[in-house]
Amino acid sequence: MNEALIKYLLSLGDTSLILGQRLGEWCGHGPVLEQDIAMTNISLDYIGRARLFYQYVCELQNDGQNEDQIAFMREEEDYLNLLLAEYPNKDFAYTIARQFFLDSYFVPLFEKLSSSSDERLSQIAAKSLKESHYHFRWSSEWMVRLGDGTEESNRRIQEAVQHLWEYTGEMFQYASYENDLTQQSLIPAAEILKEAWAFHIQRVFSESRINRPSDGWWQTGGKSGRHTEHLGYILSDMQYMQRVHPGLDW
Amino acid sequence: MKDQEQLLKEFQEKIDREEKIEPKDWMPEEYRKTLIRQISQHAHSEVVGMLPEGNWITRAPNLRRKAILLAKIQDEAGHGLYLYSAAETLGIDRDTLIDELLSGKAKYSSIFNYPALTWADMGAIGWLVDGAAIVNQVALCRTSYGPYARAMVRICKEESFHQRQGYEILLALCRGNAAQKKMAQDSLNRWWWPSLMMFGPSDKNSAHTAHSMNWKIKRFTNDELRQKFVDMTVPQANVLGIKIPDDKLQWNEQRGHYDFGEINWEEFNHVVKGNGPCNRQRLDDRRKAHEEGQWVRDAAMAYAEKRSNKIA
Ligand SMILES: [Fe+2]
Ligand SMILES: [Fe+2]
Repeated sequence: MNEALIKYLLSLGDTSLILGQRLGEWCGHGPVLEQDIAMTNISLDYIGRARLFYQYVCELQNDGQNEDQIAFMREEEDYLNLLLAEYPNKDFAYTIARQFFLDSYFVPLFEKLSSSSDERLSQIAAKSLKESHYHFRWSSEWMVRLGDGTEESNRRIQEAVQHLWEYTGEMFQYASYENDLTQQSLIPAAEILKEAWAFHIQRVFSESRINRPSDGWWQTGGKSGRHTEHLGYILSDMQYMQRVHPGLDW
Repeated sequence: MKDQEQLLKEFQEKIDREEKIEPKDWMPEEYRKTLIRQISQHAHSEVVGMLPEGNWITRAPNLRRKAILLAKIQDEAGHGLYLYSAAETLGIDRDTLIDELLSGKAKYSSIFNYPALTWADMGAIGWLVDGAAIVNQVALCRTSYGPYARAMVRICKEESFHQRQGYEILLALCRGNAAQKKMAQDSLNRWWWPSLMMFGPSDKNSAHTAHSMNWKIKRFTNDELRQKFVDMTVPQANVLGIKIPDDKLQWNEQRGHYDFGEINWEEFNHVVKGNGPCNRQRLDDRRKAHEEGQWVRDAAMAYAEKRSNKIA
């Protein structure tokens, strides 16, 4: 069994699930009805994506586990999501910046993965790529709108970018299982992704009067199970029903 | 120039011929006002209605249910959009309508002032609240105002999915263990009477029915619709094997309908007046979202203006 692949799928699934969960928090509370719908839509895409990754994990492990046991019955340290995904919504600017950083990563990642020699992975990637193109258009348009909107929106989006920047390095610092898979030529090298990512970032920043923060120390650990304080609260909500009533059908 | 009386006569004839009234047609001021009130109230209900269910998105018990619930609530937001657009055809803008909601001037369906306390409530809301909404809305698909009727046709298509997903949630619970069944019964106990109240005051006390019936804005009275809902729902409760909390509920062979007990109108009036368990919470949530979204809407507007200046 390809342990590295399983960890990688879990990592992608967890990032999708946790981000989907975060975006779902907006439902009913968006700044305007149309954007409420947009965020719910993206949340739905991410939940759907998490299910595909988990289902593939279940097939590979073939030990009778199902997607819900993976999603709801693990401990905090078993989650391998990017720290950025668990960052609180805070306000619309933080939500947009977080989304934009992740979309700018997922688009080139799924472009590459959609031609991975692992057939299942490439199928999931191809489907996700279509969604991520749409998400990227949405988040980058909002980056520009907020950056070049009012003084207040510029200040807010600049602050969000500044605060979240330290979480972006984690995408390109490969965990050991990612290095393994690069060696197996199943996933693209980090440098390729970083280059594509930086290109998207630069283009949108320059259109939107947002300054690129300088690179410093990166916050990492999510991909190997060391998280921020936020994840525990996300899981307490998310796992509540399964923990109180384990093993039931819903 | 036709006089008022002549216009009114032609208007009524058109309605009697079952022709739709369209935005540019002449209409009595009272007709316009009634529609604005009703459509905006309906739009607000869709939007406020997102809150009790939204409450459970982060806690849905499995991934499939989480996805279905998200899709369902997203539909409701879409319904809000169609309905605000329908209201706008009557010459009032969405911002004004939203201000009226937030100031407490406009009403929304009182059902959403009850709390969603357990996962089973996602079932009860879909089954009963969307179920009652369907009974109301199917009747409205033939309402005399064209844009409203067309919005209703679109909305009704989605509502049956909403009711089904709610019923399925309860079905799973009723086939489950004792704790799940208890949860299902408890949610029916709490949601049954408020669902019956969704049809509004009984005909003898309804302030708006007569006019609305003549103009075919409404086609059935509150009591007729309520009866239809009860008749439709009782057999479904029997399939689930949970008990409707009404000792007077009984099939009446002669009438060909179920008889049922009297609604607690005192509670109804209190909730309408703002004293339900969640009235203040719901409005606070909507106000908070609106206020915190102000800078976002301002930014979008400012950006759009800059853009159009550049192009021009
Ligand atoms: Fe609806
Ligand atoms: Fe609905």
